[in-house]
Amino acid sequence: MPQPRRLIQGNEACAEGAIAAGARFFAGYPITPSTEIAEVLAVRLPQVGGHFMQMEDEIASIAAVIGASLAGIKALTATSGPGFSLMQENIGYAAMAQVPCVIIDVMRGGPSTGLPTEPSQGDVMQARWGTHGEHSIIALVPSSVRECFTLTVEAFNLAERFRSPVIVLSDACVGHMREAVELPTPDEVEVLERPQPGCDPDDAACRTPSADGIFPLPALGSAFAVHVTGLVYNLHSGAPATGDPNVAEGLGHYMREKIYHHRDEIVRVEELEMEDAEVAIFAYGSVARSAKAAMKWARAQGVKVGLIRPLTIWPFPTAAVEHMAEQVRTVIVPEMNLKQMSWEVQAAVAGRTRVVDYGRVDGKLIQPQEIEDLIKREFHYHHWEA
Amino acid sequence: MTALVDEGLLEHAPDDVRLPKVTLHGTSEIRDHLRSPKTLWCPGCSNGIVTRALIDAILSLKLDPRRTCIVAGIGCAGRITSYLDYSTVHTTHGRALAVATGAKAADPSMHVIVVMGDGDCAAIGGNHLIHAARRNIDLTAIVFNNSIYGMTGGQMSPTTFEGDNSTTSPYGNIEQAFDICELARAAGATFVARGTSWAYKQLVELFAGAIVHKGFAFVEAQAICPTYYGRQNRGADPTEMLRRQRDRSVPVAKYEPGAPRHHDSYPVGVLHHAERVEYTAAYAALQQRASKAAGE
Repeated sequence: MPQPRRLIQGNEACAEGAIAAGARFFAGYPITPSTEIAEVLAVRLPQVGGHFMQMEDEIASIAAVIGASLAGIKALTATSGPGFSLMQENIGYAAMAQVPCVIIDVMRGGPSTGLPTEPSQGDVMQARWGTHGEHSIIALVPSSVRECFTLTVEAFNLAERFRSPVIVLSDACVGHMREAVELPTPDEVEVLERPQPGCDPDDAACRTPSADGIFPLPALGSAFAVHVTGLVYNLHSGAPATGDPNVAEGLGHYMREKIYHHRDEIVRVEELEMEDAEVAIFAYGSVARSAKAAMKWARAQGVKVGLIRPLTIWPFPTAAVEHMAEQVRTVIVPEMNLKQMSWEVQAAVAGRTRVVDYGRVDGKLIQPQEIEDLIKREFHYHHWEA
Repeated sequence: MTALVDEGLLEHAPDDVRLPKVTLHGTSEIRDHLRSPKTLWCPGCSNGIVTRALIDAILSLKLDPRRTCIVAGIGCAGRITSYLDYSTVHTTHGRALAVATGAKAADPSMHVIVVMGDGDCAAIGGNHLIHAARRNIDLTAIVFNNSIYGMTGGQMSPTTFEGDNSTTSPYGNIEQAFDICELARAAGATFVARGTSWAYKQLVELFAGAIVHKGFAFVEAQAICPTYYGRQNRGADPTEMLRRQRDRSVPVAKYEPGAPRHHDSYPVGVLHHAERVEYTAAYAALQQRASKAAGE
């Protein structure tokens, strides 16, 4: 039976997506503009046998999420900039100890208290590098209420698949926006359960990774007597091994490669009208909506503009950008920060095409008109150049 | 105190709180609960005594080792997770109680024991301590209190007494020390006890009492750090430091009620116990109400 069309908010869709993905534990702390995720889950989780906790701060929230996940329950937290900053140490712990979990960061203007009720994309680099030390991360960026649902589901699947924290980078616009959507039915939602070792705890084979290199994670309180640590550890035994530089080197590379080696499986990019595009717009999250409108306007004027919209921002969609760089004369990168992803685009483009960045940090959405003006300017630029 | 063990195992303790009857176990039985007999703790450190007391309590209560989970923070005490052969989580500094809260909420039938150092528990983790106590969640929280940051080489902690020396209080500490037991009690812990590494059997009994208590149970284990505390304060002879624990600890029944812990005199035993609804039990009832309301 199809789901009825519902008028719901992005934050509400994240909460419903989490439940559909099998999440049964949430710990969080109130913070604008993410609070509705906690409020919805406070109602919904106990109805489905799940657990909602309001913690004393964001540090405790991510810590409790890690504890619940280690005990075998899919778990998430939701926050915004200041809380996301507080969580960084334990996000690093989750990366190091390979604890699957989902962090929804509904981005607002910063730094510090900044613009609590206004959207921003200022946390994209913090999502990548916010915690100390070398590590990999996965981050997804929804552009619509429906994607708040689907990408939250995907975040859980990726977290379980790769034993990694996964960040959903929503923003105050997408999070607070209401759209009439048909959410997927439960049988339309693909849910990945945590792989368990299929053998006896005393069997050494239980400590070996799957064919593609991911180690199974038995729950606390299971027969496996697992040891989990944030110290450098032996991947097979879990035992700390801080005295062996080879182990540290191996673990560092392993944690990077387990994500980067599977880039093709993880990275999702939507490409619109790119077949014959001469100008590309690289836009993500709520800004991609304005970019799409600007692209349609340009096409109506006969200007060949296409859109590259990453749904996965980390790992960075390098291959798609490299491919695009061979084709277009200009790529426009509008974002609600000052050049954070534009630098990444430039690195992937490597001088092969012109990169035009456009940012604002006043908490106001980038309007289609502003991107249209950039397209016009590029048109004149290239026309004049020719 | 709600009994989770056979009535026959319980006996009356001197301070009129029923504590489980414990038996002390031989080294081979203790070693069965260790992943490795070697530790990185210094010679003369009492962490080994306190760890053994915890194993003795677990053995006495016949807890299923596979359903026993140790969550610890960072510091010398936190290293216990490498040694105990249960499910173990070595968390970030100060966050053990918050991680344990998530694990216990997710799996309420698991025994979750949290081990912290004094800095871990009362400084960086102080906020989590008071809120875990307030929630009365069924965790056994144990502090190895040696009044110093050992792992980092002897800095003052919130339980370093006024006048004591450390590498960061070289002219004598001018700050007042925390009485962590009083803090836990005031925040809502429903079982609060203090023992010493000198009085081994009492420590085992207090650990056992804390484990069977249904609610947030807090035990301060007075520990010694000859290397970093002793050398900077009144001598690093471990035997002498243990004797000082003997001389300064006063059974709670003989201690002036409500008087704070002093440098040279502190109460030991069960300092506080109360009956209050435990968090995971209250949450299970909430789940029933919520699913019933959703069904209607």
